[in-house]
Amino acid sequence: MTGAWQDALYDSLRDGGVTLFAYVPDAGHKVLIARAGVDRDAIAVPLASEQEGVGLLAGAHLGGGLGVLLMQSSGVGNCVNFFSLIRHGRFPFLALISMRGDFGEQNPWQLPMGQGAEPVMEAMGLRCMRVERAEDVVPDARAALAMATKSNAAVAMLLGQRLIGAKSF
Amino acid sequence: MGADAEVLDRKSAVPALIGDPADFLIIGGLAGTARDIAHLTGDGDNAFLLGGAMGAAVSVGLGLALTQPGRRVLVATGDGELLMGLGALGTVGVMAPANLSILCVDNGHYQETGGQPSHTSLGVDLAAIAQGCGIPNIHGVATSDEIGAAAMALRAANGPVFVLLKVGMAAPPATRRSFDAAARKSAFRQALLGAP
Repeated sequence: MTGAWQDALYDSLRDGGVTLFAYVPDAGHKVLIARAGVDRDAIAVPLASEQEGVGLLAGAHLGGGLGVLLMQSSGVGNCVNFFSLIRHGRFPFLALISMRGDFGEQNPWQLPMGQGAEPVMEAMGLRCMRVERAEDVVPDARAALAMATKSNAAVAMLLGQRLIGAKSF
Repeated sequence: MGADAEVLDRKSAVPALIGDPADFLIIGGLAGTARDIAHLTGDGDNAFLLGGAMGAAVSVGLGLALTQPGRRVLVATGDGELLMGLGALGTVGVMAPANLSILCVDNGHYQETGGQPSHTSLGVDLAAIAQGCGIPNIHGVATSDEIGAAAMALRAANGPVFVLLKVGMAAPPATRRSFDAAARKSAFRQALLGAP
C-alpha cells in the first residue's frame, strides 16, 4: 500500500476545513492518523470506542469546528445509537470507514459487521459513498465534505478492500 | 455514615456548585441533569441538552472544549449516563483539555426508569475511575461543606476537572425543556458563533 492517495486525501480534508481527526487506530487510516498527529494546525483525538467520535464531532460543530471520524467498519456497530444525535440534531457528519469483511476478507469474524455496516448506517440516515478506485478518493471526499458542511448531511465514505487491500489478520 | 448523615438535594447542590451558569458552555446529559441545567439556565442558549444518545455527554463536551479553548466547558451528567460511556473519560484524560469540567450528579439510581440501582450503588466508584483515567483534578462532594472547593475547581481549576456530587433521590426540578436538538443546536451556535 502506497501513501499517494492517502496523502492527497489528508490534504483535501485539510483544504476543506477539517481540523479535528477522531480515530480508533486502523491500518487503512494509518497515513491520515500519522499526518494529523504531526500537524500543528490539526487535533488528533484517539478514541477508546468509535461511538465517542460521533459525540466529539457534534461537540466540535457546536464550537464552530469541523471534524472527521476515522474508523473501521466494525466500529460502525459501536456508533449506532449515537447516530440518533446526528440525525435528530441534523449535525454535519463525515466518517471515513475502512472496510473489512468485503473483497478478499480472510478473517470470518469480520464478515458480519463488514457486510452489515452499510445497511445499518443507511437505516440511521447516513448517506454511504463506496470508493473502490484510488482516483475517486479525493473527488469523493470533496463531495462528501460539501454535502456534510453545506447540506448538514451525515455522510460515510466506505473505503473498500479493493482499494485498501484485504488483510490476512 | 451516621443515621443523621447529611444527604444533599440536587435542587440546591447543583446550583451551588455551578454558580452563574452564564460563565460556562454547558452540555447536559439525559433526564435529571438535563432538568437541573434547564431549570438553572432557563433552557438557555449556552446549554445543549441531550434527550437520547445516552453515554454521549462527555464526548460532546470534549469536542466543544477542544474547539473553544478560550471558554470554560461544563459537562453535567448523571451516573447512569456516564456509566454508558466510560471510555470517554479515558479520552478526556489523554487529551487533557484545561478548560473542561465534568460534574456527575450521582444519585446511585436510574431515577427516570423507576429508581433501579445503578452500579454506583453497588460498589462502582466513578471518582476512582476518573482518577484512573488520568484526570488530574478530582473532587468528591457529599456534604455541603465540600461544595465550595469543588465549585471553585469547576470554574477555575486547570482541567480537566471531575466533580462527583453524591445526592439523594429527591426529584430534579420540575421544568420544561426543548427536545428539538436541531433547534437547540442552531440556537447554541447562534449565541456562541453569531451564525446557526
